[in-house]
Amino acid sequence: MKYFRLVWAGLARKKARTILTMLSIIVAFLLFGLLQGVNQGFNQVVENLNVNRLYTSAKTNMVDGLPISYAQRIKSVPGVQHVSHWTYFGGYFREAKNAIPAFATDAEALFAIYKEIKIKPEYIEAMKRTRTGALVSDQLAKQYGWKIGDRIPLGTSIWTNKEGSNTWYFDLVGTFDVSSYGIGFPSFYINYDYYDEAKAFGKGVVHYYLIGIADPLQATRVAKAIDSQFENSMNETRTQTESGLAQNNLKQVGDINFIVNAIVGAVLFTLLFLTANTMMQSVRERIPELAVLKTLGFSDGKVLTLVLVEAFLLCIFAALLGLFFAALIFPGLKALIGDLPMPLSVVLMGVGIAMLLALISGLPPALRAQRLNIVDALAGR
Amino acid sequence: MSAIVSLRNVTKSYVRGKEKVEVLHGVNLQIQSGEFLALMGPSGSGKTTLLNLVAGLDQPTSGEVIVGDQRIDRLSRGALADWRARHIGFIFQFYNLLPVLTAEANVEVPLLLTSLSKAQRRERVQTALKLVGLADRGKHKPNELSGGQQQRVAIARAIVADPTLLVCDEPTGDLDRQNAEEIMNLLQALNRSQGKTIVMVTHDPRAAGFASRELHLDKGQLANVEAVA
Repeated sequence: MKYFRLVWAGLARKKARTILTMLSIIVAFLLFGLLQGVNQGFNQVVENLNVNRLYTSAKTNMVDGLPISYAQRIKSVPGVQHVSHWTYFGGYFREAKNAIPAFATDAEALFAIYKEIKIKPEYIEAMKRTRTGALVSDQLAKQYGWKIGDRIPLGTSIWTNKEGSNTWYFDLVGTFDVSSYGIGFPSFYINYDYYDEAKAFGKGVVHYYLIGIADPLQATRVAKAIDSQFENSMNETRTQTESGLAQNNLKQVGDINFIVNAIVGAVLFTLLFLTANTMMQSVRERIPELAVLKTLGFSDGKVLTLVLVEAFLLCIFAALLGLFFAALIFPGLKALIGDLPMPLSVVLMGVGIAMLLALISGLPPALRAQRLNIVDALAGR
Repeated sequence: MSAIVSLRNVTKSYVRGKEKVEVLHGVNLQIQSGEFLALMGPSGSGKTTLLNLVAGLDQPTSGEVIVGDQRIDRLSRGALADWRARHIGFIFQFYNLLPVLTAEANVEVPLLLTSLSKAQRRERVQTALKLVGLADRGKHKPNELSGGQQQRVAIARAIVADPTLLVCDEPTGDLDRQNAEEIMNLLQALNRSQGKTIVMVTHDPRAAGFASRELHLDKGQLANVEAVA
């Protein structure tokens, strides 16, 4: 600690340059924290997904749909416990820009499969009793100020009802809490039976079968058994685990891992040159001062350590600030990755990278300072 | 008085480009404890090279350099650094203070290499600053001090660790006449009242007049020896 003042003296010598370099590092690690946080957030969501659940859709494309009659046949496959389904309603509230991820389903079976979604049993009963009923997530209800008993007009660009209207009316009968699930769980459900009866076309079709299985280790066998049931039929199926489906969906957005790593890599590579240049310049300007320290008895090793500590202090302090700001901003990305805190692994990885950055950028000038010849340096050679 | 510094048949040569230049040719010199020696001579005569050898900043090409009871020409770089910290106080022509540190912090730098506590270091720093007449300027940074005051801070830094030998390279070279005289009076006082052994390189005959002995170097050899006082 007694040498801290000397380290600080090195950093404070050109305050503007030190502050600008720190700002660059802060911004770079803010970006690193946010992007890696999002990346890890996605990965965490996929990892958290349950392998107890299988998803069956049309082999050709999800939108082609599967007959509702498949439900019984799927249920008869050994290892299958529950079968529910999702059919995309494609809703919006009042205006098209207020998109609502609404799905028609069999609510009782659905919540039997998604046990981590918290819902009061009386809401499921109310849904069963109310043909025009709707169940929505707490978050969505809060967003639009909906309360149980409200009649909600939901527009859809896909489904016209028998009355020739694209606006459907649903009665809110209950809410559910998805916080234990993370992101990706649809937040608005309507009764499939009512929806199927009331729509003008495309009857008896569902987009996904959701299947709860007894033993996760049997997931591959059960999936194959389901698909083999419908092989060579008019509607062949494709069954995947929940995580497999999520990964496929994310792949459609792009290889997020690759994009994030490429951006962060480019930023850190540029930062390495910037910091190395700053450190090199800083040491070059202080050659006479370092020579004086050596004259006064500071060993080569001590001078090397002083310069290295300076680089570490600059990089790690600024990186921690950047990561701190990223952690502050991170909850604002809830809409993108769900209600997740910034993963600790991102902070640890950030500190590790900052240490590496400090070492790579600080070592060449530190070695130069270490090898400094006092007589030449004092003579200005 | 006993010899505190002994140079025996010391030569020093440098390689500049493809050329080998011999700066000192077989120098023999003894400096007594408590002596104030002025080394004079024209530019390129080898004064600073000789000073660097005495101070352990450089190693001779051949010959022996003994300071106290230590043969320093045989020490490694690390051991020499440690030896300098314990035995040598330096005063430079351009003060060479660390610009972002206060006068107190500059004076404290050599003490960082000792095992003294923070309180002990602070006490030593105050004593040294008081000795050079700058007790009230401890919180000032070098750019807030005049040239003479900066050199006083440098002298305080040189004496704070109570070294065996004070080594001064043109200590008045950057000062006006009045400040130069004040600095020389201070060095003389340190020599006379504190018993500090001082080796000083200077071009200035007036500065040399404060020394107890003058030596003249010419083309790498000691030309004549003259007792001043």
